[in-house]
Amino acid sequence: MKIDEYSSSIGKFKGLEIEIGKILPEDWDEPMGPTPWPSVGTLRNWDRKLLNRYKPFYMPVCDLCCLCTFGRCDLTGDKKGACGLNMAAQQSRIVLIAACIGASTHAAHARHMLNHLIDEYGRDVSLETTLNTKIEAPNIRLICGIKPKTLKDLQDVLDYVESQIVQLVAATHTGQEGDNIDFESKAFHAGMLDHIALEVADISQVAALGFPKGEPESGFTDVGYGSIDPSKPVIMCIGHNVLPSVDIIDYLMNNNLFGQVEVGGLCCTSHDMSRYNKMAKIVGPISWQLRFIRAGIPDLIVVDEQCIRTDVVQEAKAIGVPVLATSEKSCLGLMDRTNDSPERVIDDLSTGKIEGALIFDPRRVGEVAVKTAMNIHQKRKGQKGINISIEKLASKCRACKACTQACPNSLPIVEAMAAAKNGDESSLAALYDLCVGCARCESACPEDLPVISMITKANEKNTILEKYPIRIGRGAIQDVEIREVGSPIVFGEIPGVIAMVGCANYPAGGGDVAKIAEEFLKRRFIVVASGCSAMNIAMTRDEDGQNLYQKYPGNFDAGCLVNVGSCVANAHISGAAIKIANIFAKRPLRGNYEEIADYIHNRVGAVGVAWGAMSQKAASIAAGCWRLGIPVVVGPQGSKYRRMLLGRKENEEDWKVFNARDGKEVYIGPAPEHLFYAAETMEEAVVMIAKLAMRPNDTNKGRSVKLSHYIDLHQKYYRTMPDDLHLYVRRVQDIPFTMRDEVTKVLQEKGWVEDKIASPDPTLLERMVRRRE
Amino acid sequence: MPGRPITGLTAEIPGPKRAQLVPSPDVIISFMKKAMRPLLVIGSDAPGLATRDGNLIDSSIRLLKSGKVTVIATGHIVSEFRKRGAEGVYSMQLMNLGDRLRDAKWGGLDGKGPYDLVVFAGFPYYLEWLVLSGLKNFAPELRTISLDNTYQPNAEWSVGMMVEEEWKDFMGKLVGSTEVDG
Repeated sequence: MKIDEYSSSIGKFKGLEIEIGKILPEDWDEPMGPTPWPSVGTLRNWDRKLLNRYKPFYMPVCDLCCLCTFGRCDLTGDKKGACGLNMAAQQSRIVLIAACIGASTHAAHARHMLNHLIDEYGRDVSLETTLNTKIEAPNIRLICGIKPKTLKDLQDVLDYVESQIVQLVAATHTGQEGDNIDFESKAFHAGMLDHIALEVADISQVAALGFPKGEPESGFTDVGYGSIDPSKPVIMCIGHNVLPSVDIIDYLMNNNLFGQVEVGGLCCTSHDMSRYNKMAKIVGPISWQLRFIRAGIPDLIVVDEQCIRTDVVQEAKAIGVPVLATSEKSCLGLMDRTNDSPERVIDDLSTGKIEGALIFDPRRVGEVAVKTAMNIHQKRKGQKGINISIEKLASKCRACKACTQACPNSLPIVEAMAAAKNGDESSLAALYDLCVGCARCESACPEDLPVISMITKANEKNTILEKYPIRIGRGAIQDVEIREVGSPIVFGEIPGVIAMVGCANYPAGGGDVAKIAEEFLKRRFIVVASGCSAMNIAMTRDEDGQNLYQKYPGNFDAGCLVNVGSCVANAHISGAAIKIANIFAKRPLRGNYEEIADYIHNRVGAVGVAWGAMSQKAASIAAGCWRLGIPVVVGPQGSKYRRMLLGRKENEEDWKVFNARDGKEVYIGPAPEHLFYAAETMEEAVVMIAKLAMRPNDTNKGRSVKLSHYIDLHQKYYRTMPDDLHLYVRRVQDIPFTMRDEVTKVLQEKGWVEDKIASPDPTLLERMVRRRE
Repeated sequence: MPGRPITGLTAEIPGPKRAQLVPSPDVIISFMKKAMRPLLVIGSDAPGLATRDGNLIDSSIRLLKSGKVTVIATGHIVSEFRKRGAEGVYSMQLMNLGDRLRDAKWGGLDGKGPYDLVVFAGFPYYLEWLVLSGLKNFAPELRTISLDNTYQPNAEWSVGMMVEEEWKDFMGKLVGSTEVDG
């Protein structure tokens, strides 16, 4: 609005211009908190409080920097690069870049999802995405300070996320940020943005596509090779963005073809396919991609985005099937056929005229995919399975060990080849469960042996029978569930919430994920799962033939196993922690990040576990947890993220908080001890997870329960009592009753004094002090 | 340094500062003798690494008994020492240990001060590689040795690539010499 001249009681204005941006509907009566829409530096002080306690331990993967033409620069030790950056800053810069890649990937996924759903269903689709729930988007409410009601409100949220990510990436340019702790703070910011993007992606698809709305018993589908019937045409969908798969499922349903054509998925797309339609099958985690293709089972491969093998077109070609790519982010060199008639594209794919095609509009994928798969299946009949002679191939092995040297887990491939040469395939078959499916062994082999195919073939008899029930991803945790468990979690009587998330880069197979989960389920922790971890949890049976999903219910409650769904459903795990602070403790949510994070860090015994974390997305998800003060444990391969955030439990000064009741600074012991930690073994991880669930706010009863699990697990796996009990027992009532004698002995040896460790109303924020004495 | 040492994982290319190859067990013995506070760190692969004594846990127990070196087990592997009735071995997780070893003010496991020589053995290759990288860059005064039979470029000294039998001989001589010298 322009006004040439305007007079009022406060003065006279000439050339007045008034611009009104966006008017947000104001139907949320909670007052706005201090930090809505935080920019890069807004939460810096909070980050520095955490980083002062949990200091980075850097393990450089590369001693050089090669990001600008001044370089390469050698940063070893105390050297500096031409720009002035030192090694610590360079490592934290790489951490930030990884977190930005992860957050960008989820934000781009969310943007594609949202734009498509608005195009198809309109902007006014209601965000009533969870039953019995008012806080439908806890991350968005907390961080942005708005209450989104329909899809259109999510556009503003993504605008914010995208604009912030640009600022963060800019900070990594040569000659910008120079301090490692400031880089770390920015990585936290990227993680926080990531959880917003996750939330946008998932609640928009739940709202528009009719996914389960938080029902604890969301139904079951099958996971595993055996869930697919290879005698039918098989469409395999790989990736994370479900939209093309939705069109395939719709086409099958609309044409009564679902029983005649198999549709299965790998990685998170498959979770979301099963959330859309229970008849869709989950083949397995990311590491199964190559095996499943090499086994010749698919008749068509559809890729969307993220974690797809970038050589999928060549791999598909080798088994004579085409590829449909469906994302601008992953075109794979294929020709854009989006606007061609389906008949022409189907004909070109079916006759082998083209090895694949790009179709950007998800609503044009279904017909092409189904008809092509049916044609290709007809052509390939009888050609499924791996047609190789293991013995003949193994006899070519030179035993040079290049394969083992290339293998991330240094698997004994040479020894298995030697046995196979003599007709014993059992050692090769035994590698199947340990192999992460990367095929670096094949790239290294001077004889070009198809090692992955050989391992898969050797284990073929077992794999075709693999079929496990998995509870379908339910989405968010209901508000009513939070009301039930809020108190026992905050006071420690439910000993913790363990989130088993992330990829399948396991050091010794996916069975460890199920072992970790069961250890805590038996102890009545709440176990929440997502992504590849949720799949691997399903793939272990007990002697009665039951897996964990069959043994433990799907409620968000003690001793229950919740599958929230795909990677983007991880927002519901951080969201549950946020909701505990808001619903149970009545802490204001709106634009009030620091207070909520402070509450979670000091009171909610949540621990993230990413045993096979591989991707940059896993890094940004973890970073979002760090900023909320939630510790994350990764497997040994996670050490390659090159930076841990470790507390030093012996430094008393690091473990002080304000007592909100009187303003005094008090010592609370090292709880939780670390913020980001790589465990060397599964056993070490289990003990550390139990310890990291302790919080300063635990009641005596709660601390006693948590200590009993920590001690019991330590004795089970280390065969010793923990040597740091004196740092966690605050007073005699904390000591587990059944362990009193043993614990008292340890405490006496350590010179423990009762009440040295305080039980305050803990806060790291001085402004939260209610009264000063 | 003779030739170009081969790393345990092909892509783990070292930076400009790389480990020297240990020419014989005597060099390690000599370093251990000169060190004021030597530390032997045993990792989770140790039970699976065969030596002339049985496996690396058994050899570590002999080294422990020689009294020349403090032994610490990472992961949950102290349980293997317990099973054998070995007393006096410390337990600390590798990340916790790495974090403290870079701190010149750390008082050590017994509170008697920081270590000046740290010998690693029995780890997944990449994990040892990374922790040694952290120490190379952030604890430059600390002397580090890798006993594993794959070249660890981020140590100050590395045994380097050895076939199994050769490595068993190497370890046998190292353990034997420690006891004789005692």
